[in-house]
This record gives sequence, structure tokens and C-alpha cells, in this order.
Amino acid sequence: MTTITRPDRTLDGVGTSMVRPDAPAKTKGEFAYSSDLHAEGMLWGATVRSPHSRARIVSIDVAPALAMAGVHAVLTLDDVPGSRVFGLERPDQPVLADGEARYWGEPIAIVAAEDRETARLAAAAVRVDYEPLTPLSDPEEAEANGSTFRVIEIVNGDETTQGSVVVEGHYEVGQQDQAPLGTESGLAVPDEEGGVDLHISTQWLHVDHEQVVAALGLRTDQVRLHMAGIGGAFGAREDLSLQIHLCMLALHTRRPVKMVYDRAESFVGHVHRHPARMWYRHEADPDGTLKRVQARVLLDGGAYASTSSAVLANACYFAVGPYRCQSVAVHGAAARTNNPPAGAMRGFGAVQSCFGYESQMDRLAEALGMDPIELRLKNALGHGDRLATTGQLIEGSLPTRRVIESLDAMPMLDSESDDPRRLPGGTGLTTPASAVQRGVGFAVGIKNLAFSEGFDDFTEVRAVLTADGLKIGTAAAEVGQGLVSVVEQIARSATGMENVRMVWDDTAHIGSAGSTSASRQTQMTGGAALAACEAVLAEALRRGDGDRLDDRGVWRGDELVVSLADLLTEGPIEHLERFRHPPTEAPDERGRGNVHAGFAVAAHRAVVDVDLELGLVRVVRVDTAQDIGKAINPAAVVGQIEGGIMQGVGLAVMEEIVLDEGVMKNASFTDYLLPTFLDAPEVEAILIEEPDHWGPFGAKGVGEPPAISSTAAVVAAIRAATGKPLTRTPVKPEDIVGL
Amino acid sequence: MTVNGIEQTADPVGPESLLTTLRDRLGLYGSKNACEQGECGSCSVILDGELVCSCLVMAADADGSEVVTVEGIAGGDGLHRVQQAMIEGSGVQCGFCTPGIVVAAAHLFATGAPVTADDIREALAGNICRCTGYGAIVRALAALSGEAP
Repeated sequence: MTTITRPDRTLDGVGTSMVRPDAPAKTKGEFAYSSDLHAEGMLWGATVRSPHSRARIVSIDVAPALAMAGVHAVLTLDDVPGSRVFGLERPDQPVLADGEARYWGEPIAIVAAEDRETARLAAAAVRVDYEPLTPLSDPEEAEANGSTFRVIEIVNGDETTQGSVVVEGHYEVGQQDQAPLGTESGLAVPDEEGGVDLHISTQWLHVDHEQVVAALGLRTDQVRLHMAGIGGAFGAREDLSLQIHLCMLALHTRRPVKMVYDRAESFVGHVHRHPARMWYRHEADPDGTLKRVQARVLLDGGAYASTSSAVLANACYFAVGPYRCQSVAVHGAAARTNNPPAGAMRGFGAVQSCFGYESQMDRLAEALGMDPIELRLKNALGHGDRLATTGQLIEGSLPTRRVIESLDAMPMLDSESDDPRRLPGGTGLTTPASAVQRGVGFAVGIKNLAFSEGFDDFTEVRAVLTADGLKIGTAAAEVGQGLVSVVEQIARSATGMENVRMVWDDTAHIGSAGSTSASRQTQMTGGAALAACEAVLAEALRRGDGDRLDDRGVWRGDELVVSLADLLTEGPIEHLERFRHPPTEAPDERGRGNVHAGFAVAAHRAVVDVDLELGLVRVVRVDTAQDIGKAINPAAVVGQIEGGIMQGVGLAVMEEIVLDEGVMKNASFTDYLLPTFLDAPEVEAILIEEPDHWGPFGAKGVGEPPAISSTAAVVAAIRAATGKPLTRTPVKPEDIVGL
Repeated sequence: MTVNGIEQTADPVGPESLLTTLRDRLGLYGSKNACEQGECGSCSVILDGELVCSCLVMAADADGSEVVTVEGIAGGDGLHRVQQAMIEGSGVQCGFCTPGIVVAAAHLFATGAPVTADDIREALAGNICRCTGYGAIVRALAALSGEAP
């Protein structure tokens, strides 16, 4: 037997910044997104939507549309074969309007036609007779009327506790759109036996499957969902959009049906971040010790439940932030209104309350005459402490102190550019350098990792070792974050194999991977991949009677004892792993308990230049230190950090959906402003690696923390530059110039 | 018209955009349909040497023109250096903006003239990316400044 020296490090394993395997196809335009699919003989679908935020539907006349050449189907609620309602947390949203349109843009009917243009024209030809009703658009009025999805009261500690220094404030967060570049799209292909295959971009294939099966009234195995390429998500693909509609049209016409929302439709086709109104009262001792925090958090959930209940829970559980506090009272409500439904977006409730508590911490520091960073350090929550709201013991790592200290110690770099195009006036060159006022702001945020409140949160992964290499099968959504690299890297480090490939299985071939949300996939699908790979390795070593595995086979010391092909003559080695994180529990009646599986913190320090006369802001830098557990892929971690900060900056200075009595006034990229290359701040990131108590190699999820406190830091910096209180985000020019 | 060096004939309906013709009639799905309003740059192509949003060009107006899409930007089976830089520099996440950025950056670097990071930012200000925060893309492309095409 030949003796070959075995390399002692696996190429592209954990800790390397391997190039993502899907990048070449994506740069060449060859990667197939859900909008790029085609099937022989396919039709195009389109949606009829309500032009009113609230209206009774008197009648729907589909005849004019059906009479058009090339139109194959026009379907309404009566054509839904199974459950007429769907929803992530509770089924309360009609598949198509049920006699009353409850928000602007609610789907009323769907059509299928020979081509996209005909489908659009047919949708416009459906005659709907509406009787407009007065919409409930004010969340405060809704709460007062008891129109809510959930109300939470958290009471922890002695309610009589007081501090001698008191600050109080009202804060507001506007509604942000996820704006993934890929709009909602998909392709449904009927089979010969009354079933259907749906190719779709989603954050959670199996929860879509469950809802589609229910609405179609079919057996589970008659509906197969396949993951198509995903053009970003950020929460926008948690809820169903066109999934049921596509399948209904395909089953009805017995033809494949494709549907692609345009941008305006996408704005009403997915839920958005909840707008928030908050009231806070902080009490502290003169030395800065937080004694009591009271908060009221009101989220506008819009017309249907979506994930309002869980978003509200997050906003309330993290209402105090990453700080210890003796006494806490939080009242939270998610209002039901006739505004477009709100739901998941990166940060999921923790963003809104962070803007409140970090604004308060700055106010408190000022009232105390104390350095704001010193105040945060004094109260910083860490391992072994209890979360101020739920009272949960922090069992994993939580380096809040280290995150704050590391960022504070980072030298304050100036902009790398003195180009006039990078002044607040941008390429318009409206701002001379002499008119610029600079400000610096600091904020810290906390976020839970994975699902909470007793949810049975699991992920399935199948590892299969064949002579062709190691294949990791999953249904986990790769939304752009780089899970495809993370899973392959974990598999390489776990087994020693370099020839590893992640593949996506459909709902008929693998169990749920859970949602690509709550920053959970690195830990969950990564954790499942690690366990599955360890089992495959153990079996390979048992079969080969060796101590190590690589692409060539099983080794004992420096001797290759059996080749990979020989090892697998008796068949592939396969292991299906169902991975769960440590169990959580539902809160008690006072909102307390071990409701979370883990936590991560991050701090942001923003530097802004403000043109005080024109009210223009340029975010120069946002530096950060983030608690990441372990960097599986450092370049991908930095990519999440820079991208998350950019969305946080957007919410701080420009991004807001504007509603007027429930009607969206800026449903386009012309009117809803997104940060561009010229708006992007420079970012320097410190990665704090303190292994968590669960998850592969101690890694934590990294997707959401960059978006939690970056907004609060930027607004704090604008306050420092302008001297204005700025209690609402996004900060608009008129807030700065005081019009 | 000529698309990526190949003579193509299509029969667009009325005011159909060049983007729609490329995608739905010619099966060239590389140019992306993110806003179809000229705001995001995902559909960028080179039309007779000019960088345009193909969603804003009427297909009928491209009659007789020479169009280069992301599929033809490398001019062969290999990768354009902009594509190579994007891959190696972690400039790709979800990738929906990537074809437009590749086309716009290839156009910017076509002459080989040196450019600053801010020139890159201005040249690509019409290309929206929602994933990366732009940093990795600027770093990846800045390294190409002044390189001979």
C-alpha cells in the first residue's frame, strides 16, 4: 500500500474566506432566480388588487376578462379548493378577498393568460364594484378599540424601585421596506394526477408547503415545493405572496403558470417592518446604575396577523437592551389596522426598541453628566446575568462589555476620501466643506438567535458520502447570506473531505430546515450539517478501520488503508440529522421565563457630516464591534455586517414607506429611497469571537445584529451634529432645518 | 439587432422594453428585472457602446443595434476581469444586482484609465445593491483601476 503524506489542514474549511460556490454563475448571469424560470407551454399570471384600504366588495364580474383572447382563467375566493385563509402564526388572511378588502393592494382575483401583457390587461378588465369604507389607519385608535393581534405586559422586579435621575421620551420608527432586488416570482407546473410542483423563492420552503397544501385541499405528497434562486429576502419572503395563486392557476388551467410581480406590486406583495411608537421612562442612581425602566411599545401590524405577535414579543423582551436593570415594566401592543400588513424584517422588533432605549441611554447620560459609553459599560449585560425583562439567565457568551470597549478603543478614522462628491450634497455639489457640521454617535443593540417562546425549532440535513464526494442535502434557503459556503466549510472541517457540495432537496425528499430568519441558519443548518457529517465520518472510519478521512479514502496514521471507491462498494454512507437548539419556553403571565435560545450583541459608532442649512446628511463611517461566536467565513461575516449597517443607515436617513389613510404613496424605487454606492459609509469591523454554548464551532448568527443599533448610532450622530432632539427615524431634511 | 455578436430577430409587441425582449423572447435571463423603472441598474446592457438600462429602451428602437449583455461581456467562455474581481472579492451575495454591476463596471474599465474609489462609486450610483452595503464591491473593483483592458 502506498504511503502518502496527508495534508493536516482541510482546504476551504471553517475559518477561511472561501469563495462562494455560486458566485461564478451569478457574475455570468447564469444563476436561475425564481423569475428566470421557463416551462414549455407556460401561461403568465397576474393579480387584481384593491385600490382601497378598506372597502366592501359588492360584486366581482370576471366575464370581461374571460372574454379576452388568450385569457385562460380568472379565479376568485370561491375557486379556492381548500382552506380559504392562510397565515404564518395564525390563518387569518384570505387567499383572495372575502367580501371586504382590508388593505390597499389586497389580492381580489387572479388571472392566467398566454403572455404577461395579456395577463395584466385581463387583470385590469376584471370589474370589481367596491363600496369604500372608512379605514382604521391610526394604531393608537386601534389599540384603544381593542383591535390588536397581541398585547404583552412584562413585569419584572420590585415595582416600587426608583432612581433619583429620571428621563422620559417618546420615540417613533417609520416603516421600512426590505426591498430585496428580486421581486416575488415563481413557476407552478401541474402534474398528470392533479398535483403540482411549485418552484419558488422563499425563506422557509416547508412552512410555505404547509399553507399551500391546506389552501389547495390536496394530500401533502401531491404538492412539491422546490427552492428556486432567491434575489434577497430580509424578511420579505417569510409570508406567502403568490404561492397559492400560482398553484391554483396551474391546477385550474392544467398548464404551467409563471408570475413575476413588478416593483410597485412587490411593495404591496410582501409585509414590511412594523412602524413603532414608543414611550420610555428610565430611572437611575446618580452613579448611573439603572434602577427602573418603563416602556410602552405600539406596533402597527396592519390588516393581517403575519408575524406581528412574535415581532411584538421581541420588541418588548429587548425593550431595555443589553443592560441589567432591577425593575422593569413593559406594555406592548400590535395593533390591527387597515394599513398594509407588517411582519418580518431583519432585526424583527429589536430594531424598533433599540432606537428607543439607546436614545434614552444618551439622554440619561446627559442628565447624569456622565460619559454615555461609561453609562453603557456600567450597566452592560453579560454571561451569568439575567435579561432585565424575562429574567432569563444568560447561559451562553454575551460579551457586551468587550464589544463596547473594543469599539470605543478603535481609533476614530477620518473619511478615506476628501472628494467633494462625498459631502452631504453629493454629486449635486450643493454643500461646501465649510458648511459641514460633524457628529459622532454610539449605540449598542441585542438580538435573540433562532426561534423563541417554546417553538419546536429544528432543521433537517442529510449527509451522503459517495465515490463522487460528500453531498449535504437541505431545504434551507440561501438568500444571499452565504449559507452555501458556511455549510460546505463546516462539512469539510468535520469530515476532512474537500469534495463537498451543498444541494437543495424539495419538500418530498427532506424535512424542514426551518426559516432562514432570526439569524438562525449558521447555527441550525450548520449545526445539523456538523452532526450529520460527524455521523458519516464515524461510519466511514468504522468501515475502513482507520482514524482519518479525506477525498482519497480512509487513513490510519500516514497510511491510506482503503480508497473512497472501495470504502463505498457496500453502498453510500448516509445520515439524516434532525437538529434542535436548547429548548425554550412560553413566557408566564408576567412575561417572564426562558423564552430565548441565545443572544448576540453589537455596537456601532457612526460619524456623520450634516449640512445644517439644507438638512442633508452624509454618513461618513459606521464602525462596529460584533459578538459573532466564531467566524466560519470571515469575508461573509463582514459582508453581513456591511450590508446590515447599510440597511440601518437607510432607516436612519432615508427609507420610509409613506401611507395616507392606508394608501401607499411611494411604492417605487423612484419614491422610496434606497442607499446607493455614494451613500455607503466606510465600515471598520471588529469581530469578537467568544464561543456560544451551542452551534457549530461556537458560531453565532450574524445577520441581524448589524441592523439593530446602526440606526440608533446614526441618529445619535445627527443629534450631536445638530443639537436637535430627533426622536423620530428616519431623520428627514425638514427635521434638521426645522421647517 | 446583434446581441453578444449574434444576429437576432425578435418581434416585440408595441412599446415592449429591450429588457423584456432579451428575457422573454431571446431567453437571455442574465439581465435582471428588479424595478423596470431605470432606478436600480439590474438590467444594464451596453447598447452601441453606451451603458443603458434596458428596461428604459424600447426594443423597437434597438433595431439594427449592437447589444452586449452580461452573458456576452467576457467575449468568450472565460471570465471578464470584473467578474473575476467580484467573485474573489466577495462582491456577490444574492447576486441579483451582480449582472448589472458587472456590465456597468466593465463599461467603466473599458478604456483602462485610472479611476478613484469615488469615481467607481459615482459610476455605479445607478446600480442598487441591497445585500453587500457596497464596500466589498468597491474594494474588489478599485484593484482594477488603471489595468490595461
